[in-house]
Amino acid sequence: MSFSATNFAQPRPVPVEVRSNEKPLSSDSFRFRGPPSFLGSPHSLRFNPIPPFKLAIPHSQRSNASAVTHIANGKMVKSSANLLITKEEGLELYEDMILGRYFEDMCAQMYYRGKMFGFVHLYNGQEAVSTGFIKLLKKEDTVVSTYRDHVHALSKGVSARAVMSELFGKATGCCRGQGGSMHMFSKEHNVIGGFAFIGEGIPVATGAAFPSKYRREVLKEAGADQVTLAFFGDGTCNNGQFYECLNMAALWKLPIIFVVENNLWAIGMSHLRATSDPEIWKKGPAFGMPGVHVDGMDVLKVREVAKEVIERARRGDGPTLVECETYRFRGHSLADPDELRDPAEKARYAARDPISALKKYLFENKLASEQELKSIDKKIDEVLDDAVEYSDESPLPRRSQLLENVFADPKGFGIGPDGKYRCEDPKFTQGTAHV
Amino acid sequence: MAALFQAPTAFSSSNSLDSNKFNHSPSPRSLSERKSSILTVRSDARSNPLLNSAAHKPHRFITNAVATKPDTSLASTSSKPGHELLLFEALREGLEEEMERDPRVCVMGEDVGHYGGSYKVTKGLATKFGDLRVLDTPIAENSFTGMGIGAAMTGLRPIIEGMNMGFLLLAFNQISNNCGMLHYTSGGQFKIPVVIRGPGGVGRQLGAEHSQRLESYFQSIPGIQMVACSTPYNAKGLMKAAIRSENPVILFEHVLLYNLKDRIPDEEYVLSLEEAEMVRPGEHVTILTYSRMRYHVMQAAKTLVNKGYDPEVIDIRSLKPFDLHTIGKSVKKTHRVLIVEECMRTGGIGASLTAAITENFNDDLDAPIVCLSSQDVPTPYAGTLEEWTVVQPAQIVTAVEQLCQ
Repeated sequence: MSFSATNFAQPRPVPVEVRSNEKPLSSDSFRFRGPPSFLGSPHSLRFNPIPPFKLAIPHSQRSNASAVTHIANGKMVKSSANLLITKEEGLELYEDMILGRYFEDMCAQMYYRGKMFGFVHLYNGQEAVSTGFIKLLKKEDTVVSTYRDHVHALSKGVSARAVMSELFGKATGCCRGQGGSMHMFSKEHNVIGGFAFIGEGIPVATGAAFPSKYRREVLKEAGADQVTLAFFGDGTCNNGQFYECLNMAALWKLPIIFVVENNLWAIGMSHLRATSDPEIWKKGPAFGMPGVHVDGMDVLKVREVAKEVIERARRGDGPTLVECETYRFRGHSLADPDELRDPAEKARYAARDPISALKKYLFENKLASEQELKSIDKKIDEVLDDAVEYSDESPLPRRSQLLENVFADPKGFGIGPDGKYRCEDPKFTQGTAHV
Repeated sequence: MAALFQAPTAFSSSNSLDSNKFNHSPSPRSLSERKSSILTVRSDARSNPLLNSAAHKPHRFITNAVATKPDTSLASTSSKPGHELLLFEALREGLEEEMERDPRVCVMGEDVGHYGGSYKVTKGLATKFGDLRVLDTPIAENSFTGMGIGAAMTGLRPIIEGMNMGFLLLAFNQISNNCGMLHYTSGGQFKIPVVIRGPGGVGRQLGAEHSQRLESYFQSIPGIQMVACSTPYNAKGLMKAAIRSENPVILFEHVLLYNLKDRIPDEEYVLSLEEAEMVRPGEHVTILTYSRMRYHVMQAAKTLVNKGYDPEVIDIRSLKPFDLHTIGKSVKKTHRVLIVEECMRTGGIGASLTAAITENFNDDLDAPIVCLSSQDVPTPYAGTLEEWTVVQPAQIVTAVEQLCQ
C-alpha cells in the first residue's frame, strides 16, 4: 500500500524536486504513482485519476520538512500490517459519517414538512472532510465553520438532539433557538459557529487559535497546545479575509489549520469561473505555510493528512492550508434548484461517495462485517428519530428569552428614566442564559 | 491605509481649545489664574450612579469662569492632590493598570507596540508587557478585529485599536455581525469582552476620510455599548470600565483632545459606562453634548453666563445606551433641550437622542428640541470650510438665545 501509516510516522525530508517554490507543483510532480489502493480496487470509476495528495512547501520551511512531507516511496505494498486504521477507528469513522449523512437527510425531510425554515445548507457528500479531521481533535480544540455547519458540530460532539432542536427553533437547541441552521455554537465542545457571511469566521478562527500561543508565551501555561480548525469553501478563497488571515497565522505561527472544502461550486458560480488560479493549495506557500491538496472524498486520505497537520500545529510549527477536493450531492441550500451542475459531474462524484468507499475498505480489509455496519446504520436511525421526537416535544422559546442574551452584562441596556437599570425592571429578563 | 500621524502636538497650538492654557496646572482651586476659562470642569468624582441626586450645591463663580462642580465628599478624598497628566496619558494609565491587574488583557492594532501608538496611548507598553501582549498587527482591520473577537470568545480580553476610527469601517462586518451578535446567536454561550477604541472626529484639516464620526454608523448594532471620553478623568475611568465590562464596548476618543491636561486622582477609580456626566448644573436650558463639542459648549456657556443665562451642561458620555435618568431629570427641570454634537445631522447620535427624549419626556418640554450637528458634508480640507461644517460656540449661543425666548 502506497500510503502506509509508517511513512507518516517517520517523516523524512522531502527531496527538492517535489518542493520547489519557483516551479508550481503540477499534477505530475506528486510522488505517488498509480491510484491509491485503499479504495479497494485499482479500477476506480473515476474519469480523472486524482492524485491522493499534492504538497507544496514554502522555501522557508524546507528544513522543517518533518511536518507534512512524508510522501511515500511509491511502493504499493498491501499487507494487513500496513492498514491505516484499526477496527475501532474504522467503525468510529463510519458511524460519524453515517450520522452526518442521515442527519442531513432528516433535515431535508423536516424542512419539507415545515419543521424548519429559512436557509438550510446540507453537507451530503462532504462527510469525509468533517469526519477525517474532527475525529482527530481533542475536546479542547476548536472548530470554526460556515453556514454548512451541522455536520461539523455533530462530528465535534454536539448531540443530534441539540442540533436538531436548534434547527426547529426550540429553546432546547444548542443556541436556545437563537442561532438557527447557520449559527451552531457549543461552548462545551468548542464549536465557534456557524457564520452566515462567508469568510467572516476565518478571522474569528484565527483569534481562537491566538490564545494557545498567548497562554504558552505570556501566561506561561506549558501545556497550552489547543488547535483550531477553520472550515470554509472554495468561494471564500477569493475573499480578502482569507488572505489576511493566512498572513497573520503564518506570521505568528498560530496553531490553526485552514481547511478548504472545495466542492467546486459557490451556489451557481463554478470555482473555475471565479478564480484566476483555481489550485487553492498553492496559495499556502505564498504566505509561508505548507499547502496540501487531498482527495476529500476519501476519509482515510483526509485523516492521514489531518494527522500530520494537526500534529504540526500542536507542536507549534504553525499553520497549514489544506484543500480538500470534495462535492456536495445536494444543492447549495434547500432553496437551490441546482440546475447548473452537469449531471455527469454529479454522477462521477456520486460514484465516489465517501461512505461507500469506507465501507468497501472495511469489508475488503476484513475490519467489519456487513452486520456490524448495518447495526450502526440502525443505531443512527434511532438516534435521529429520537432527536426529531425530542425536538418536536421541546418548547418554543418564551417571550422572556428575547432580551436575555443581547448583553453578557445586561447593564448594557442602560439606565431608564426612573434611575434604575433597565435590566432591573421586571419587564426585562436578566442574568445569563441557561443552555 | 492612510498615512500615519504623529501624536498631535501640532494640534495644540491651533486648537480652538486654547490648549496652552492647559499646560499650566489647572487645579480647580486656581481657576482665577487662568486667562481663559474653558475647562475641564472637574467631572463628578463619584463612581456611583445618582449623579444628580445631590441638591445643587452653591456654585463658586470665579471671574469669567464657568462654574465648576463643587467638591463632593469623595472628590475631596483627594487630600492627596492627585497627579497631572494629558488625556492620552490618562488612557495609557488606565490601560496599564488593567493590564497589570489581569494578564488576559491584551492590545492589538497597527503600530501599537514598537511605535507606541500613533497617538502614544500605548507608548512603553510593549517594552513592559511584551510583543505578544501589545501586538503590532498587519494592516488588516477586518481580520484583526475578527481575531480580537475570536480571542475574546476563547478567554482573552483584547483591546482593539483602530488607528483612526474611520479605518474601522473596514471592520464593519466583524463589528456588526460578530462583535455585536455572537453572544446572542450562540444563546449566551460565548461572551465577547472586547474594547474597540481609537481616535475619531474632525481634526485639524485632516481631510474627509480621517475626520469621520463612526458613532452614528455603529449605534444601531445590537449588543454593543458605545462611550465617548472627553477629559483625562473620564478617559481613564471609562477605559478601565470598558476593559472590565463583559460586553463589547466601543470607546470613542477624539483626535483633538489627546493633549488636554488635567489633574486626576491618585487612587484607583472606575466610572460607570452607562452614566452621563453633569458638567455644569443650571436652570434655563439643558445642553447635551459629548466628546469635543463639550468644550465648544463650555466656551459658549461662558458667553451665555455673561449674558445672564444659566445653562445646564451634560456630557452624555454613554452614546449607547443613553442615560435617560440624568437626561430626564434635567429636562424636567429646565424644559428646554439643546443637543450639540459633532456627528452628522442625518442619523447621528443627536437624531437618536432627540427621538428618545421626545418619546420619554415630551410633556416636560416647553419648546421643540434643537439639535446642532455637523453638516452632512464630507469634511473639507480647507480650514475655513472645515470650520463651517462643525458646530461653533457662536452658533450654540444663538441657539440657546432662541430657545430661551
